[in-house]
Amino acid sequence: MIDSQKMQSLATRLAQPEVKGRSPWADARRRFRRNKAAMVSLLVLILVGLFALFGNHIAAWSNEEMDFSIMGQAAQLGAPSLENGHWFGTDDLGRDLFARTVQGTQISLMVGLIGAGIAVLVGTLYGATAGYLGGRIDAVMMRTVDVLMSIPYMFVLILLLVIFGRSMLMLFLGIGLISWLDMSRIVRGQTLSLKNREFIEAARATGVPAWRIILRHIVPNLMGVVAVYATLLVPLMILTESFISFLGLGVQEPLTSWGALISEGAGTMNYGTLWQLVFPLFFFCVTLFAFFFVGDGLRDALDPKDR
Amino acid sequence: MFGFILRRLAVAIPTLLLLIVVSFLLMYAAPGGPFTQERALPPQVLANLNAKYGLDQPLWRQIVGYVWGIVAHFDFGPSFVYPDRSVNQIIAAGFPVTLTYGGIAFAVAVAVGISLGVAAAIRQNSWLDHLAVGISIGAQVLPNFVMAPLLVLVFTLWLGWLPGGGWGGPTYWIMPVVALSTSFMASIARITRSSMLEVLGSNHIRTARAKGLPERAVILRHALRPALLPVISYLGPAFVTMITGSVVIDMYFSTGGIGRSFVDSALNRDYAVMMGITILVGALTIFFSLVVDVLYAWIDPKIRY
Repeated sequence: MIDSQKMQSLATRLAQPEVKGRSPWADARRRFRRNKAAMVSLLVLILVGLFALFGNHIAAWSNEEMDFSIMGQAAQLGAPSLENGHWFGTDDLGRDLFARTVQGTQISLMVGLIGAGIAVLVGTLYGATAGYLGGRIDAVMMRTVDVLMSIPYMFVLILLLVIFGRSMLMLFLGIGLISWLDMSRIVRGQTLSLKNREFIEAARATGVPAWRIILRHIVPNLMGVVAVYATLLVPLMILTESFISFLGLGVQEPLTSWGALISEGAGTMNYGTLWQLVFPLFFFCVTLFAFFFVGDGLRDALDPKDR
Repeated sequence: MFGFILRRLAVAIPTLLLLIVVSFLLMYAAPGGPFTQERALPPQVLANLNAKYGLDQPLWRQIVGYVWGIVAHFDFGPSFVYPDRSVNQIIAAGFPVTLTYGGIAFAVAVAVGISLGVAAAIRQNSWLDHLAVGISIGAQVLPNFVMAPLLVLVFTLWLGWLPGGGWGGPTYWIMPVVALSTSFMASIARITRSSMLEVLGSNHIRTARAKGLPERAVILRHALRPALLPVISYLGPAFVTMITGSVVIDMYFSTGGIGRSFVDSALNRDYAVMMGITILVGALTIFFSLVVDVLYAWIDPKIRY
């Protein structure tokens, strides 16, 4: 007697395509999706990004216009209001704070992303090269990193900005100069453990030149570490830029950033214009929070054993 | 141990010299030189000024003179903007203030951070643990330049308890110390908690408990020491960030420390003062990382030096 039910089950089983193997990346994606804090943070980041991209189109005022009916009386007339279109209020010069916050968000995010981008590029190549070549070259390269790290970089950065003029380019260069140091150390460590694996040996045995092994075989295998670290670097870069702008040494008018806006708001809050501090501060804190959570979530997703 | 310290010094001293030379070269490369103003000075005046500050000499002599002045006499030369004040005087005026609140902030961050981290690890998943984790996550996005205005808002403008700036008795110290130490305290607490949890799960702790040691002794004698190693290696970078943060404190609270002089000289393009402070901070940083390394080697018996 043949159990028809079991046969049925076998038939459907055979008809199905073979079970697809799960790549580590798919696993990671699944784990990341289950992490509620990280998913919410990702959503927040997308919203902040949309705010930076399209905020100007919905703002009632441009960031350069001064509302002359409010100028000089920001404390009495400049409070956030729906009627006159200043949803976040105005600053002391009567400029719309909503538009200014959009502008500050654009610049802060840009600094964060570019700073992290430079770190990824330079740090990965430097660390991978040092780790792969090893020996004396490695020692010299990593000593250099040690020396650079023991320099109080914020002071040197300000020195650079003062000497070569305060411009966005100089700011990017200055932040880029320091951001890659940590990255190169992490990447080097990872490279050291990769370079004795069989596939690297195979590549070397078939005569692939060193630079090609680094670019084609080492670097792709570093992507997990690099992605996590880059996500955590973005908020640090934003913090650095905001710090300098808070001191009035970073981005210059008419450009602005979160740090510059927070500095302005903090300077005027005892005149009763609290909204000038609260709105930029809110965006600053929420975005940094979200970046940290997404970074942590990525790390947990890619490295589940380390909780 | 002695050889280890010597070897670390052999790296530290060239690093410092490099910092001095590089910052001098940066200044030398500055477009226009230190006396460039909106109204051009008559050439004779400029030549006299350059002669007074030794800027008319060949580059190598300037560098050697500058390095020699610092190394031999601890002399950073005259200020380029205030002819009657030397860089040493400007630093001497602000440094004690920075050292006072910076030192207190550092001590508070270490003491409170470690206690909080240990307490949270011992009572994992209690309300105290959740509070500690919550604080340490929240404080990540509350750097000193965010804490400072918020503190002033609450304690000066709303409650009127503390003076919003200036330098005087201990009431003037509270807000700078809190603003400066919060994010470090949080980081130290987080690091202590996670490393303590790891140590508490290890074999030697189980042995210590199994042989009937009181919990107090287990924690203090056997768990704390290995658990502190990651904290100690964090102290080096923390020191750098903290001394950087003092710039914000000096600016926002008008405490009159060297941070204020640094930003003022940056706005005045007074290179001599900027370089002096950068080099001083660099020397402190290098010295402190040396101390941290020695401390680390002393606590961790596995380190060979």
